[in-house]
Amino acid sequence: MIKPIANWGNYPVIESNEESFVFDEQLDALILKEQPFIARGNGRCYGDASLADRTISTLKFNKILSFDAAAGVFECQSGITLDQILTVIVPQGWFLPVTPGTKFVTIGGALASDVHGKNHHVDGSISNHVLDFDLVLASGDVITCSPSVNPDLFEATCGGMGLTGVISRVKFRLKKIETSFIKQKQIKAANLQELIELFDTYKDYTYSVAWIDCLKKGEHFGRSILMLGEHATVNELGENQRTNPLKLPGNKQITFPINMPSWVLNQFTVKAFNFLYYGKNFKKEINNVVSYEPFFYPLDKVLHWNRLYGKKGFVQYQFVLPLDAKQGLIEILTRISDEGLGSFLAVLKVFGKQKSMISFPKEGYTLALDFPVRGNLLAFLDELDELVLKYKGRLYMSKDARMKPEILVAGYPELEKFKSIVKKYNPDGKIRSAQSDRLLLTDTK
Amino acid sequence: METVLVLGATSDIGMAIAKKFAAAGYNIQLAARKPELLGPLKSDIDIRYKVDCTLHAFDAVKYDTHAAFFDALKPDVTITIFGTMYEEEDAFNDWSLAETMINTNYTGAVSILNIAAKYYIAQQKGAIIGISSVAGDRGRASKLIYGSSKAAFTAYLAGLRNKCFKDNVHVMTVKPGFVYTRMTENMPLPKPLTSTPEEVADIVYNGFAKKKNTIYVKWFWRYIMLIIKNIPEFQFKKMKL
Repeated sequence: MIKPIANWGNYPVIESNEESFVFDEQLDALILKEQPFIARGNGRCYGDASLADRTISTLKFNKILSFDAAAGVFECQSGITLDQILTVIVPQGWFLPVTPGTKFVTIGGALASDVHGKNHHVDGSISNHVLDFDLVLASGDVITCSPSVNPDLFEATCGGMGLTGVISRVKFRLKKIETSFIKQKQIKAANLQELIELFDTYKDYTYSVAWIDCLKKGEHFGRSILMLGEHATVNELGENQRTNPLKLPGNKQITFPINMPSWVLNQFTVKAFNFLYYGKNFKKEINNVVSYEPFFYPLDKVLHWNRLYGKKGFVQYQFVLPLDAKQGLIEILTRISDEGLGSFLAVLKVFGKQKSMISFPKEGYTLALDFPVRGNLLAFLDELDELVLKYKGRLYMSKDARMKPEILVAGYPELEKFKSIVKKYNPDGKIRSAQSDRLLLTDTK
Repeated sequence: METVLVLGATSDIGMAIAKKFAAAGYNIQLAARKPELLGPLKSDIDIRYKVDCTLHAFDAVKYDTHAAFFDALKPDVTITIFGTMYEEEDAFNDWSLAETMINTNYTGAVSILNIAAKYYIAQQKGAIIGISSVAGDRGRASKLIYGSSKAAFTAYLAGLRNKCFKDNVHVMTVKPGFVYTRMTENMPLPKPLTSTPEEVADIVYNGFAKKKNTIYVKWFWRYIMLIIKNIPEFQFKKMKL
């Protein structure tokens, strides 16, 4: 049925014929229909990556195929969400090797975006933990890929935004945990310089990420809270926590009820929010042990929080700059603060090294910001793009809804290789999305 | 632990019901015309719920196979979900389609449930859950054959409940309204009136646990159908429904 669909940013919205499948043979039948399509999971990328006139939803293709609880190897169909996986693996002492900031993504989508988490500097992105996966090509043929079997296709599919084929099955390694709790440390940094030093001091922590106030100017420019974490051992738990060390968090959730009118979000409300958020930590440093849920997925508690940004939606802007480009970080943050375009969710993290053809992460600083869609936003983001390029950085396609193709070309040195692999396995551009057309990854027709 | 036989396990509602009963600790027998499709559902149930789950071939219209089929399984609870729905206009013009709908939705269901009921009466315990439809509550043009096959099935379930009551056999009739399934994904359905397969499964399980006779999914369909049933025929026959 043709209906309007959008991803998490609610921008853009397009009319799409969305169909689902439960069995392999039904997927084959859908793929072999004439009209071009893109596969779509839970719609938790932000922009237009999984949007097209025809979409194939993987959400009903969500079965667990095997789970070796001794070795920590998990195999499933691609439409299962991380949320579902956690409920099965956590009670048995395992965790996701890498998790993004929401557990409501499918494993297929996670791989197509090659997602990273707070532990990127230690564990890399999700593809580093994948043993193999099945890919159904535009021709209907199924190809198994691993780092050693069809390695070119493996690499082009991890982060390849679904353009090589439909990921149908994924097998990956889990991370052993003793408890489902996180030993957390939060440190306030008075400014950006201090934050960068703190990142370096605590680089041995498995998990690290910082919330940053991008409206503050002067000596508190870049004031922030660094959040660090380790999986807690049983000995580190409180008495109550110790009664069930592998406890699953309850699933109490709040639903954000309505689309907020867009005037609610302005420089003053964001400043007030930042003041409260920074001020809620009275002490310079807080140490405690919390469930994994508030540590990894603080926003999942509020269903439909994207409605905060109103009907027009928002754009998430995430880029990475090399480690030696601190000046670039300062310049971009200054530009944002001058423009008065504050963002509730400004998140800074340090990436470690990564081999990548089309995956987003590379060693350096990555900053993610949310901007409500307003009149001059797109022109402003084009300006930021220039700064990102000037400092040899690049943008994350899973967040992107608007970059120009030349920005992608400049940011990804292996883009031509990626395009040639897409061309080889998807020769007629049958698999294509609004994003791939916009970024000229598939030939426009 | 008790065992549940799910007849029609490849349907969206069948899968959801199987998972719901597995989550409640029942062992599961999954039956369908193509059981080879059910490997992933079986592994999923095995891993999530750690119950026994087995796969079985079952064809509703091969009546002569039903006795041996049931005898090999002897479940504590039998649930029929299977059914066929063709475009009514096609079925009106092609007897083979109409016949398949009637034979699957009614004759096949009666055949297997007679066998199950005899076994439960002999045991003096057991439960039968039949998934019928609100479409069986009143005949209308847009559900000519499908609706009448479900009306017959609903009447059969009511009779069976009456027959088995004294023998401690619970018979429950389930009448879903609109449900989001692969079969209906190309139809525009009114959101407030439509259930997900998981909601159907929850309501079926709760109704079963409370030993209900007839349940509508969702509950307000009982009143929608009450209104539809009470429209006078001289008026109803002129309506486009």
